Amino acid sequence: MSNAIVVKDLVKTFGGKRSLFGGTGHAVHAVKGVSFELKQNETLAIVGESGSGKSTIARMLVGLETPTSGTIAIGGQDYAELHAKGSREFGQMIQYVFQDPVASLNPRKTIDTILDVPLKLLRGYDSEKRKARKRELLDAVQMPSDTLERYPHEFSGGQAQRIAIARALAAEAKIMVLDEPVSALDVSVQAQVLLLLDDLKREFDLSYLFISHDLAVVESVSDRVAVMYLGEMVELDTAEKLFAAPGHEYTRELIASAPRLERERQSRPETDRRGTTELSSRA
Amino acid sequence: MTQALATTSTSVSTARLSSWSLLLNNRLATAGLIILTVIGAIALLAPWLPIPNPNTTLPANRLQPILSDGHLLGTDHLGRDILSRLIWGSRVSIAVGVSATLIAALVGSLIGLVSGYARGTTDNVLMRGIDMIMAFPYILLALAIVAVLGPGLLNALYAIAIVNIPFFARNVRGITVGLASREFVDAARLSGKTHAAILFTEVLPNVLPVIVITMSTTVGWMILETAGLSFLGLGAQPPQADLGSMLGEGRRLLFTAPHVSIIPGLMIFALVMSINLLGDGVRDVLDPRLRAGDLTRPLSVTRVKRKTAPAPVEASDAILDVRGLETSFQRGRATVPAVKGVSFALRKGECMGLIGESGSGKSVTALSLLGLVASPPGVITDGTVAIEGEDVFSRSETGIRALRGAKVAYVFQDPLTTLHPLYRVGEQIAEAITAHQRIGKGEARARAIALMEQVGIRDAKDRVDAYPHEMSGGQRQRIGIAMALANDPDIIIADEPTTALDVTVQAKILDLLQNLRKERGMALLLITHDFGVVAQVCDRVAVMKDGEIVEAGETAELLRAPQHPYTQKLIACVPELGQGKAFLETVRPLFAEGKP
Repeated sequence: MSNAIVVKDLVKTFGGKRSLFGGTGHAVHAVKGVSFELKQNETLAIVGESGSGKSTIARMLVGLETPTSGTIAIGGQDYAELHAKGSREFGQMIQYVFQDPVASLNPRKTIDTILDVPLKLLRGYDSEKRKARKRELLDAVQMPSDTLERYPHEFSGGQAQRIAIARALAAEAKIMVLDEPVSALDVSVQAQVLLLLDDLKREFDLSYLFISHDLAVVESVSDRVAVMYLGEMVELDTAEKLFAAPGHEYTRELIASAPRLERERQSRPETDRRGTTELSSRA
Repeated sequence: MTQALATTSTSVSTARLSSWSLLLNNRLATAGLIILTVIGAIALLAPWLPIPNPNTTLPANRLQPILSDGHLLGTDHLGRDILSRLIWGSRVSIAVGVSATLIAALVGSLIGLVSGYARGTTDNVLMRGIDMIMAFPYILLALAIVAVLGPGLLNALYAIAIVNIPFFARNVRGITVGLASREFVDAARLSGKTHAAILFTEVLPNVLPVIVITMSTTVGWMILETAGLSFLGLGAQPPQADLGSMLGEGRRLLFTAPHVSIIPGLMIFALVMSINLLGDGVRDVLDPRLRAGDLTRPLSVTRVKRKTAPAPVEASDAILDVRGLETSFQRGRATVPAVKGVSFALRKGECMGLIGESGSGKSVTALSLLGLVASPPGVITDGTVAIEGEDVFSRSETGIRALRGAKVAYVFQDPLTTLHPLYRVGEQIAEAITAHQRIGKGEARARAIALMEQVGIRDAKDRVDAYPHEMSGGQRQRIGIAMALANDPDIIIADEPTTALDVTVQAKILDLLQNLRKERGMALLLITHDFGVVAQVCDRVAVMKDGEIVEAGETAELLRAPQHPYTQKLIACVPELGQGKAFLETVRPLFAEGKP
């Protein structure tokens, strides 16, 4: 089994249902027939602008949204089968790390109770084992052990993201969906979290689906990169090839727009001052 | 930024006031608490107090006036002691009011929780049921329920509880809908929790404050309603004493013996008033929106209380000259500086970047320049800000306001929150013009269209009548820039103008700012956390850390050879296209030692 996730012709449409009085509501086609696979131990990145459908794909993969059509297989198991068994089965196969770490932790629970839930419900460990695991998990994400008695608001964004990663690790799932895991963080903290993710991947044999809008971050962590544009996957290739020779026009624009440290104001064409609204109004 | 400040300040002795002391700070709430405690204690102790039996009739002794021998508050038409009936009656009224509140809170919150979490059909069915209850005037509905169940105190209690269920259901549903789509609820599902477990262990604890607030504000109301039903003879049945029935019995003797009805009336007033005062106080303490800031409205200009007399402004070629600026925030009784002695200068037509991580004080610095820091809690404690050689903080309030938008204009991070959602964008730009210039409506509109064209909005003539929500993020930011340009400012302060935008849009907005600056010769102060943005547009850059500028210089030079270790580390942490996986290996040594 070499593929962690296989997705075929995945479609998600929001709204558009018949309403009580017969009219059809406005439909939003968030994902329009996307196919890809995530290999074992691979980091596949999905890049795209806001509204391009990348987060919708992620939410479908972990079972937070139901696909309109298309097939998904996670770890060789059929999605519909997993879905029928409930969220518990999902949680053991695949875990999700949210963009805003502080919002993903319940403000009224201590870290101890937050970490306890997956260990108890997904792994079924007894209290002795849970205690030991919690300490191991905090070690893995490099947090001090007094973390457990504290509340989420006492931590900075970077620390909260470490805790959120620890919670995802607790399920011992081999596949992780990381939805913009570093975009809410300061650069120095971002680098630390990226390093941590890299270490954890090796240590626990994980496969990552890494969603981001930051091309430089994506290039530094991913094996292959997929580009989403308006609900479609316009390009999918290895990171080296994609950044060296982007095939799709949108990918080229994305790479040209990425801010760089060297000054190259002159080299950039001043074409799009007028043509700007076109892209932005569609995005 | 404010979050970071808050967390640092709680660790020191300047921790926020506790809920209890906040409540006691509110004089009216304290008065309510005292009255309620006294009434409650007396009512609770009724069986042990040396008072006559409230139901012993003695017709020979009827209608004794106040302060008569043996009857402090006189007797009623059957010769029963009024003081005793008042105490026993309050006991009944409070008990019924509180139990009705508890029942209504329990049932109502349950309905609200389920309907807000499940949404869809369940929500629809439950909420339409609630709507039906709300469609009837409450007293009519209560009367109808009592008519069906038959008169009696317990039935009155049920009626009042049912009538008040919608109140809880609606409040709780509203909060639950917001919470149910939060990420921690999704996270709990992925941790294997069932829906029921999520509802009661994840959502409920966050809704609890709202339930308590609603309860504290409805108890008084419920006591009043119980009294109303008893007054009509549908609640407490004789001979049981209850404030409402006492009032009802005394009504017939209002002219011959007014004290029989006035005394229970005053009791109801004192009880309900004290509960409402306390309830308002509790709401103020528990409501996070009221608690976060001070309860007062911020002043229009930040308070200035400089420790030293401002030094006379030295002549320089800078259009904006900031020296030793210190801005502090009041936390409890202490003031904590957020910006500590920041100095920089901006020349005409120049672009300067102010870069730093969250909590470094860069936004507070930008807002301080024109006294826009919310005050309280913000205070400018030292330094001068000179615009064209004149100290801003020495000006009058109107003087500072006249600068805003005219000489210096701001562009903020998220135009969706700074644009008014209910006004057309054209009107908002026109308003920015007419705030400083006396021109007619038609001319203002024509100018607005011209400005929109300048910031690169196509079909400006049609788009001028669009609402902010009809535009994309990039277009909204263009409107924000158009508003800033409205009065030909000399300085534009842009606070993270592109952070909320996609990279392709960001590149275009930066180009626009750059071109406008060159065309109009404006000075631009760009606040950002992104070195890439700074590299692209800024001539000079200042790096901020913990409220201080640690390094400043020409952008190209600073990026190539940063001097301060903090700057070096920050720049090393920025991944760049083309670096690939080598990036992680280059930053690894930076964090190798000193891991937490």
